[in-house]
Amino acid sequence: MTMLDELHQTCRRLLEEGSVKVVIGYAQSAPDEPAFPVFIDDVADVGQLVWNEWCLANLTKYLLRKDIRALGKPAIIVKGCDERALLVLERESQIDRAEMVVIGMACPGMGQPPQAVCGGCDVHQPRFCDITIGEAAAGDAADTRYAELDAFLKKTPAERMAYWRDELSRCVKCYACRQACPLCYCERCIVDKNRPTAIDTSATLKGNFAWQITRAFHLAGRCVGCDQCTRACPAGIDLRLLNLTTAKAAEAHFAYRAGMDRQAEPVIGGYSEQDQESFIR
Amino acid sequence: MSETEAIRLPSPPAPLPQRGEGSRDEKRLPSSPDQPSAAAGGEGSVFEPKIIAYVCNWCTYLGADLAGTNRLEYPANVRIVRLPCTGRIDFNLIVKAFEIGADAVLVSGCHPGDCHYTAGNYHARRRWILFRELLDTLGIEMDRIHFSWISAAEGKKFQQVVSEITAKTRQMGPYRAYHEICQS
Repeated sequence: MTMLDELHQTCRRLLEEGSVKVVIGYAQSAPDEPAFPVFIDDVADVGQLVWNEWCLANLTKYLLRKDIRALGKPAIIVKGCDERALLVLERESQIDRAEMVVIGMACPGMGQPPQAVCGGCDVHQPRFCDITIGEAAAGDAADTRYAELDAFLKKTPAERMAYWRDELSRCVKCYACRQACPLCYCERCIVDKNRPTAIDTSATLKGNFAWQITRAFHLAGRCVGCDQCTRACPAGIDLRLLNLTTAKAAEAHFAYRAGMDRQAEPVIGGYSEQDQESFIR
Repeated sequence: MSETEAIRLPSPPAPLPQRGEGSRDEKRLPSSPDQPSAAAGGEGSVFEPKIIAYVCNWCTYLGADLAGTNRLEYPANVRIVRLPCTGRIDFNLIVKAFEIGADAVLVSGCHPGDCHYTAGNYHARRRWILFRELLDTLGIEMDRIHFSWISAAEGKKFQQVVSEITAKTRQMGPYRAYHEICQS
């Protein structure tokens, strides 16, 4: 039985026995096209669900949306990386795991070729799901998670600044990065607050820098690296580098990786008297 | 009798500046740093950097105050912004300082263990550790962002830190790279 058959069978059973009202999963309009989210509330439609290398999106964002919550108790399909977001949301009291069924899919890596998107991934196998389907091969032996960032940091600060000036000049402040991010869940984002205006809202370089610094830092120690923001960006700005920076810093300084350990105390929000730095005189 | 009473009457207060006059974003520090010689006059004059110091109310602000009461002279380039605690110093304030024309930023508060609110400075320290790395990836000049612990008794240290930062920033020149971003 393929993983897809098993997935269909599981979802049919969950819907038939009424333990969930809706299944949040992936569907495709044509093969070789990126999958989009579907919300299946009828057993007859379960056949629409797909599982292949095009299931890139992180669906956990939908667990927070009021319109989706109104559909009733959900079952959600997650990959190992999406599950990390789920753990952070749980830790931050945004979701109640008892109020959902989490279906974990063992993931060989997404995209074509998978290495391009998922190189260095070490969470191919979901670990905390209610139902886990499939068995993933062990991750790559070499740790290449931060390879892209390390290569970028070889540039001089002036070159880096020039790179970001060029990249962020394309930003149109559509806030798709924020909307797509499962961990950007503030009811009212700081950029929408105007008494006083903390961040210049115009789509100029000044506003774009301020916004991207804010967005990246509000995810510091929380970002799970699902790349939803980068995929959502219509201007094709590689926001991964910013997210990788804070993730790497959190791991290097505090041995913390968001969404890996259910018990670990989040980096921001906690502190230790033993925190080490050398830059404060 | 009536004469003295008249003398005692408080003079009418000067009109307060209207809040909301002009956009907040258009507010800039007086005299753009890109024309440093305008105030000093002519070529060859020394560049005077603008430095914003975000300090906590309980330690560094009192340290600066002590420097003043002890008549310790320190450069007038520093603009002190007093906040309740280093834990209150939002990273956006640092970005904002550069946006409005600062050439360097100092963030300073109580020594570890001395926080008036017990742990504000520990929280702040953690944030700065991560924030500095983010700014580094963005290519922002790290030599322009300074952090220090200055207690209420360290007027001398405040003087030294501010003098050092001013000298260093004067050497580096205005922070054109970020100011250009904010003008485009």
